[in-house]
Amino acid sequence: MSGLTNGGRPDQAAPVAPAIELKGISKAFGPVQANKDISIRVMPGTIHGIIGENGAGKSTLMSILYGFYKADAGEIFIHGKKTEIPDSQAAIAAGIGMVFQHFKLVENFTVLENVILGAEDGPLLRPSLAKARGVLKQLAAEYELNVDPDALIQNLSVGHQQRVEILKSLYRQADILILDEPTGVLTPAEADHLFRILDNLRREGKTIILITHKLREIMEITDTVSVMRRGEMTATVKTSETDPPHLAELMVGRKVLLRVDKKPATPGKNVLEVRNLRVVDDKGVERLKGIDLTVRAGEIVGIAGVSGNGQSELLEVLGGYADGTGEIIMNGESLDLTGKHSDGQSRRARGIAHVPEDRQREGLIMDYFAWENAAFGYHRDPRFRSGILTNNRAMIEDTERKIKKFDVRPPNPYLTAKNFSGGNQQKIVVAREIERDPDLLLVGQPTRGVDIGAIEFIHQQIVALRDEGKAILLVSVELDEILSLSDRIAVMFDGKIMGERLPDETDQKELGLLMAGIEGDPDKPLIEAVDEQLHAKEAREAKKNG
Amino acid sequence: MDLMTILQVLDSTVRLATPLLLACLAGLFSERAGIFDIGLEGKMLAAAFFSAAVASLTGSVWMGLLAGMAASLVLSGIHGLASITFRGNQLISGVAINFLAAGMTVLVAQDWFSQGGRTPSLMGGGRFEGITLPLAETLRDVPVLGPIYYELISGHSILVYVAFLTVPLSWWILFRTRFGLRLRAVGENPAAVDTAGVSVIGLRFAAVAICGVLCGIAGAYLATGLQAGFVKDMTAGRGYIALAALIFAKWRPWYALYSCLLFGLLQAVALRYQNIELGGLVIPVQFMDALPYILTVVILAGFVGKAIPPRAGGEPYVKER
Repeated sequence: MSGLTNGGRPDQAAPVAPAIELKGISKAFGPVQANKDISIRVMPGTIHGIIGENGAGKSTLMSILYGFYKADAGEIFIHGKKTEIPDSQAAIAAGIGMVFQHFKLVENFTVLENVILGAEDGPLLRPSLAKARGVLKQLAAEYELNVDPDALIQNLSVGHQQRVEILKSLYRQADILILDEPTGVLTPAEADHLFRILDNLRREGKTIILITHKLREIMEITDTVSVMRRGEMTATVKTSETDPPHLAELMVGRKVLLRVDKKPATPGKNVLEVRNLRVVDDKGVERLKGIDLTVRAGEIVGIAGVSGNGQSELLEVLGGYADGTGEIIMNGESLDLTGKHSDGQSRRARGIAHVPEDRQREGLIMDYFAWENAAFGYHRDPRFRSGILTNNRAMIEDTERKIKKFDVRPPNPYLTAKNFSGGNQQKIVVAREIERDPDLLLVGQPTRGVDIGAIEFIHQQIVALRDEGKAILLVSVELDEILSLSDRIAVMFDGKIMGERLPDETDQKELGLLMAGIEGDPDKPLIEAVDEQLHAKEAREAKKNG
Repeated sequence: MDLMTILQVLDSTVRLATPLLLACLAGLFSERAGIFDIGLEGKMLAAAFFSAAVASLTGSVWMGLLAGMAASLVLSGIHGLASITFRGNQLISGVAINFLAAGMTVLVAQDWFSQGGRTPSLMGGGRFEGITLPLAETLRDVPVLGPIYYELISGHSILVYVAFLTVPLSWWILFRTRFGLRLRAVGENPAAVDTAGVSVIGLRFAAVAICGVLCGIAGAYLATGLQAGFVKDMTAGRGYIALAALIFAKWRPWYALYSCLLFGLLQAVALRYQNIELGGLVIPVQFMDALPYILTVVILAGFVGKAIPPRAGGEPYVKER
């Protein structure tokens, strides 16, 4: 990617003021110092990465820049001019646009309506809409930001919704763009497209701040990178002068293993056997089209695939909260796939534990205490009961033990789940499921939105469970994770398993092709193949909706 | 049933649908902005009383209308303060307003007029009289169209025409203006409005104020147009029926017109046919009176289909990063 750097950087001869300069920004929430004396300079026409673990204060810093919070101390300079940013309106006026991690779009409005919202030209909509249509066409051509202006947001893919967010900022004539964890929700092909867009924007002289915790993205696209740790900016370096291990070390303050350290597997008997499993969703679409899969004791089977190809449905049926047909055999006994013995409770009774894909929706109740969350699903356990009542004392003590063992921070069982960072929320879920000594652990996206320190820890726990002789089924869209954790890899595409590979005998490219539903033809570039698949998927969805 | 009878029922439908329609549109503005308003009933009731009282004291129905709107606006302001500024529960605030209005109107009425919680009957300039539209008399004898124009379209009070004109006006405001776009957006995703640099609180208060004005007109029409004075609990659940109509209309102005006309027709039929004999079986008057309410339940339970309310409805907006 070396060809991408230094695109439209202004003439070096003239002294250029930084597009953004922060001086001594500090912000505290109660006793928590979220930002401590932070100073950065970002030159115009560059992409500046801000990397750090969850809870390092990246989002707080950007919220100050976008006028959501007021800094306790410090100054902001935009293009060399001292600027006060008390609210979003001031940020927009200063030419700052923000693409939030969770999009701020009105779902049942069209793309055009979302783009003009708040930036209309007059009291009537018609002229604004006409103008926006023209501007969007121009922006689409200029930056590869193609979106159907009349499509409803709710019918767009996540990648397209993100483009609408970028278009919103550009329509407001932002020349500084902040993107908060932009690839967290994207498929690899969508992420690649996003990076092409960002590169085009840089070439046109826009300044971009990219907040992420993915080292690869930093290395791939940024010119300079700042590292944040515990509210402080620990380093700012030129990307070309650093490497991922160094950045990772700066982020967590100690060396981390990016590769998972594990012994070869010693698989035993079949724990889970899945035969001809089929699932039809409530719209009548067949999501699983005859899955055959075996997971043995003492091995990790990884399911790779672009999200939306049936992995979620597979986990749901195995976990007991979706109906299916076919056969699931657990420790030699058939499981009910419909009816009242097909629920989470029955599955747990048969030794299946489940770390669901979406921890905030399926794994935790965000408004409940950590100790309640750490017992959910197992609250009928005799240990947690006294008569018909629950034994809260036992649950709290158990949670304290788990918190200690899994290094959950802050170590307070009385905090509600939503007050923990993503990584610590995930640790609570993993602790709850692993600690019950299951025969089979289902894990969906174990490290989505989780910081590096916690990723490492969670990976170690999964491997340790395997070494105890347990069977593990891992679903992840992160190929790195699949490759480094799995003892065997199955690739899913369009509700079917395209093939199984051993991690040592395959590579990202081969898996990528399988993920795109292509069994041979290694001559075709991966990106094209994946793009093709996405187009086919969009076409299918368009057909379904229309 | 001859043409004349049909026209009379329809004429009565229009009159009875008018307060429902105004209240329904009031609720539409409020709920489209994300503020559920169960207090339509209370606002109408307060407006009915104050319009009748002031019209009776001043002899001017226009002063009455203004007083009604003001009373309703004050209650809207309370609802806004509770649910927007202090982020309270919108249903509880609405219920409180209904109780407040039900008790206060009778109490004040008794204090001012000593007529057992009612206002004196309004006469002359104290009421909105029917307006005869141009050419109505002339065209009266034209077959079919003449009577339709004379009986059905002409001869209503000004507020009826206002109510019906509010329908296209509401549609235009909601779907063709900047204000409407923002108002709809704030009911769907206030965070989108906030990050776009527009005040969520300002928009929601504006919506609640519009709701207050429309409820005010609805209440004034009840006491000074449809009837001649205020009596205890005269709204008789119309605020709730308007809410039902709003769901039935899926929060759309034109559908609101149709659903309010339907509910108005039910009331008109019940009023006209108090005793019906069906093959020796006499249907009691109580049943006919209850019919519109029974049908409200049936329609809501069975015929609405999927009605998706504004997504941010009922939830106070809390800024998050």
